[in-house]
Amino acid sequence: MISARNLSLTFQTGDGPVHALKDVRLEVQKGDFVSFIGPSGCGKTTFLRCMADLEHPTGGSLAVNGISPEEARKSRAYGYVFQAAGLYPWRTIGGNIRLPLEIMGYGREDQDVRVKRVLELVDLAGFERKYPWQLSGGMQQRASIARALAFDADLLLMDEPFGALDEIVRDHLNEQLLHLWERTNKTICFVTHSIPEAVYLSTKIVVMSPRPGRITDVIESTLPRHRPLDIRETPEFLEIAHRVREGLRAGHGDAV
Amino acid sequence: MRNLLPVLTIVATLIALWYAAAVALNAQWARDQAARAGETLTMSALVADTWSQDKPKLPAPHQVVTEIWNTTGAMVLEGRGFSKRSLFYHSWITFSATALGFLLGTALGIALAIGIVYNRTMDMSVMPWVIASQTIPILAIAPMIIVVLNAVGISGLLPKAMISMYLSFFPVVVGMVKGLRSPTPMQLDQMRTWNASANQTFWRLRLPSSMPYLFTSLKVGMAASLVGAIVGELPTGAVAGLGARLLAGSYYGQTIQIWSALIMAATLAAVLVGLIGLIQRITLKRMGMA
Ligand SMILES: Nc1ncnc2c1ncn2[C@@H]1O[C@H](COP(=O)(O)OP(=O)(O)OP(=O)(O)O)[C@@H](O)[C@H]1O
Ligand SMILES: [Mg+2]
Repeated sequence: MISARNLSLTFQTGDGPVHALKDVRLEVQKGDFVSFIGPSGCGKTTFLRCMADLEHPTGGSLAVNGISPEEARKSRAYGYVFQAAGLYPWRTIGGNIRLPLEIMGYGREDQDVRVKRVLELVDLAGFERKYPWQLSGGMQQRASIARALAFDADLLLMDEPFGALDEIVRDHLNEQLLHLWERTNKTICFVTHSIPEAVYLSTKIVVMSPRPGRITDVIESTLPRHRPLDIRETPEFLEIAHRVREGLRAGHGDAV
Repeated sequence: MRNLLPVLTIVATLIALWYAAAVALNAQWARDQAARAGETLTMSALVADTWSQDKPKLPAPHQVVTEIWNTTGAMVLEGRGFSKRSLFYHSWITFSATALGFLLGTALGIALAIGIVYNRTMDMSVMPWVIASQTIPILAIAPMIIVVLNAVGISGLLPKAMISMYLSFFPVVVGMVKGLRSPTPMQLDQMRTWNASANQTFWRLRLPSSMPYLFTSLKVGMAASLVGAIVGELPTGAVAGLGARLLAGSYYGQTIQIWSALIMAATLAAVLVGLIGLIQRITLKRMGMA
């Protein structure tokens, strides 16, 4: 699904070049749930933005769905969920989810069906006619995920989508996201700062480290695909979390 | 209701000050008149005179109110509400030039703003000219515009509207450039992830985002339009319009007429700006942006 070979990106800034990514290699299979974790500034967002063709790598090669990121973007192969929900205040929840569908030229009836379906998927059925300000932060974020799910993209790129939410809401949304992933069979790339979140959600955990931004460890999860919330108490879960923590420490001295 | 008392207090104070100023400014003339007639005025006679002169330096409020009533309400009652002597007629003349100039100015302002936001060359080159255009005193170019347009056979409403347009496009350009650029990088990136065309991004994101900026500019632009229309009536020796009333009033020392035309103009401006404010409130509320 995604294949990065020696991928590099250097930003030229006022005080010299910043190596946001250096020699990044990664293979993501279809149906994977991949988490990217690492200290601030290690290039997680930059990597995701490269996949989305929002940033242009300065070296190496990157393929999304077997084609270049630009072609993938133009064929609308992925949905991108930003850290902020970014719903338009002048559109209803339904209208916001409809926005990409209008842009992509889906038919009116098709739009209606899709809006209904994704709203059910994220547990927001009945909120179609509400405005964003009538919803809580967690509900808005769910709506923005629904918006990314509404069109036929096999790949979902999510940059700290739950970063601004409290623990309890987050647990709930994590559970829902897993359900959604099981049901829709999408490939998901997910940026997070939370080790438990990464371990709970992922089939593959990518540990990154900064200056220059690089991948220091890739951990394949041995947890089953179906995961109840209390799997987080099992020894297997704690074992993987421990490996992630070790990986973060190795890449960053003792700072983490 | 709680706001009413302070407002009324201020209005009452202003009116009292106005009356006092009328006494102070008009007393000299009253005394001269009395001296010529060989009389001395008592204090109360002096005050009464200063508030009822024909051509006072500063007319008293009730004189202005009477004049306005005589040229508006009273004429309506007589069934001549739109005769050439009525202030409604003159306001209408000025308003039509204001409205046309405002529409033209808004259209020009929005068009320039779109050009500036979407075209690099225009971004670099147009803004300095726009700013330069506003540094020229309007009183200097108003007569030229009128004369040039007259020479090519355009007269009446259009030249005045051109001056209104000249004044009102500026706030619209400035506001709309800011408004069309107000979407965040994230919102623009999001459009990119959907592979939205420039057109789609404009209609679905940039234009709606610019609405609060547009309305603010429209208010300033409307007031500027009215000033433009009045200024446009001055150099032509126009026979109709609030500007014409101001000019005629000053030719003949009819200060009461000048003041009533001024107050009419102020009222017109307040109504027009208030109207835009109302539309703004309704629109932004509906858009969830208020
Ligand atoms: N547009 C840009 N111009 C210059 N430098 C940039 C730009 N975007 C990112 N960087 C730099 O690239 C590095 C990686 O940034 P990136 O946003 O990918 O980090 P991140 O891992 O997402 O961090 P965080 O966890 O804080 O979101 C940082 O050092 C950042 O300063
Ligand atoms: Mg980031």
